[in-house]
Amino acid sequence: MTRELWKGNEAIAEAAVRAGLEAYFGYPITPQTEILEYLSKRMPELGRTFLQAESELGAINMVYGAACAGVRVMSTSSSPGVSLMMEGLSYIAGTEVPAVLVNVMRGGPGLGNIAPAQGDYNQAVHGGGHGDYRNIVLAPASVQEAIDLTVLSFDLAEKYRTICMIILDGCVGQMMEPAKMPEMKAIQRANWDWATDGTLGKRERRILTSIYLDPVQEERTNLRLISRWRAIQRHEVRYQEYFLDDAELVIIGFGTAGRVALSAVRQARQKGIRVGLLRPVTVSPFPVEAIEQLIGHVSGFLVTEMNSGQMLEDVRLAVKGRVPVEFYGRMGGVVPFTEEILREIERIAAEPLSVDSNPREQWYERMVGMR
Amino acid sequence: MKTLAPNNLVYDRPEGFTEMPTHYCPGCTHGVAHRLVAEVLEEMGVIDKTIGVAPVGCAVFAYNYFDTDFVEAPHGRAPAMATGIKRVLPDRIIFTYQGDGDVASIGMGEIVHAAARGENLTVIFINNANFGMTGGQMAPTTLPGMKTTSSPNGRDVETQGFPIRMSEMLSTLDGVGYCVRRSLHDPKNIRLAKKAIRLAFETQARGLGFSMVELLSTCPTNWGMTPVDSLKFVEQHMLPAFPLGDYKIAAGVAQIKV
Repeated sequence: MTRELWKGNEAIAEAAVRAGLEAYFGYPITPQTEILEYLSKRMPELGRTFLQAESELGAINMVYGAACAGVRVMSTSSSPGVSLMMEGLSYIAGTEVPAVLVNVMRGGPGLGNIAPAQGDYNQAVHGGGHGDYRNIVLAPASVQEAIDLTVLSFDLAEKYRTICMIILDGCVGQMMEPAKMPEMKAIQRANWDWATDGTLGKRERRILTSIYLDPVQEERTNLRLISRWRAIQRHEVRYQEYFLDDAELVIIGFGTAGRVALSAVRQARQKGIRVGLLRPVTVSPFPVEAIEQLIGHVSGFLVTEMNSGQMLEDVRLAVKGRVPVEFYGRMGGVVPFTEEILREIERIAAEPLSVDSNPREQWYERMVGMR
Repeated sequence: MKTLAPNNLVYDRPEGFTEMPTHYCPGCTHGVAHRLVAEVLEEMGVIDKTIGVAPVGCAVFAYNYFDTDFVEAPHGRAPAMATGIKRVLPDRIIFTYQGDGDVASIGMGEIVHAAARGENLTVIFINNANFGMTGGQMAPTTLPGMKTTSSPNGRDVETQGFPIRMSEMLSTLDGVGYCVRRSLHDPKNIRLAKKAIRLAFETQARGLGFSMVELLSTCPTNWGMTPVDSLKFVEQHMLPAFPLGDYKIAAGVAQIKV
């Protein structure tokens, strides 16, 4: 298939359709509304389910219902709307049914703004709702990657009976880029051995629930979730490496922040600085092993994010104090310019680094001094 | 156990029920409501294509008693979950079974919009004027002056508001095909309730829109009354506040003969 010009949000919508999306439930919120609008036209013309819910609460519980029925189902939203969905997400996790949720993140907390941000990292990678569960979280940095990860998200959600979230921001969501769409996949309902779709007199009845009144049974459920998560950690870690072969300094950034960092890396390379980029594609499970492989070869890491250093904590857990870690973040919907990250690269290249420093504290001091 | 000759059998477990004994308190009318639903599903021959949606509340374990596929919804979200199922399985029979905390308090948004959209699903709404499962707190349906564990001096409408009449409210929505209030306080009314439940499911089976049967019910444990006194309380105090009646019967539904 040839490359076409696609807007990120619409590309996600079409990719989901081609991956066999059978039902979509959503609610308008900027900057993801194009997904809802696109599917409001596209789904009915294919005879599939589109429903604009009364709220994000309604939408996620419709997703929950359709997921229990065993169909490919998705919702999309943006930060404040995703917060509203956390109740439903916890139930979906506790019931062990597959669902896909896209979060086109915006500046926050609170109503915040509609500019690109990555402040929902912690919410996404730590489950988000109440109780003990994890989501697979994919973070595309381009329209093409958004398409590919949307298709992948349904397979992963079904394979592990889990929630698969895609987190991006208005940069990727609203930007137009040439990209290839996958072929249209015909809807084929899987004959799941867990779906509550009516016995039709052919099987024993099924119950899907997240309540286990006996704590021992609930603990067993939690252990089952952990065991599934361990399999996800073993098999589903994904990341991209750029210029790592001879890199002395490695930037770690995901999504838009990773993409801006790549431009900075290229410019720094032209200046002769040996810097590379590790861009997590699955921010959950986090590519711990990829970082481990770099220990001993690099003199420092620079974490760049569009938040106050949420993924930074995961990097520090992986590095375990063996190599200095620096941080540069912008927040509230501010996207860092390439020059800013280049300046950080040059600063770090010129300064002796210490494993004892607190990267967030130092970043904060620089941020406050900058104003 | 079956010592009766089959031709003398007047009362048996409906096919729509499992053999699990219920966990409900003695004298509670949940068991009656459950049985009526099970009988209707059996009579309509739809048990094997029915999917129930259990609430959060005393009926949270309803799925243990109905012999159909079942899911368990978050508090109040049963109509949204039911919508998700019905939209992808339109030929199945979907019902929610919810209490007054579920429907009239936390799930107000979900019930109103499911009704407004005319979702082809059936809601069995148990109104017993309090939050039963958590131990008898005030519900939106608690009567003025009624004492509960969270209105110990009696519900003061000045500060705690007035009871919400769900059937009347929902009946104003064009998406509603069938919406009535019945009571479970005596045999005659129980028979009328069963007919209403049948009509509600027939409304769904014919695709005539949203259907709800509100059932005035007892909660002897939390009301602090004997089962008999509870039935009297429904008759004397709940009927005046929640009048029985047919609040919405769409033209197509009115022609259904059962």
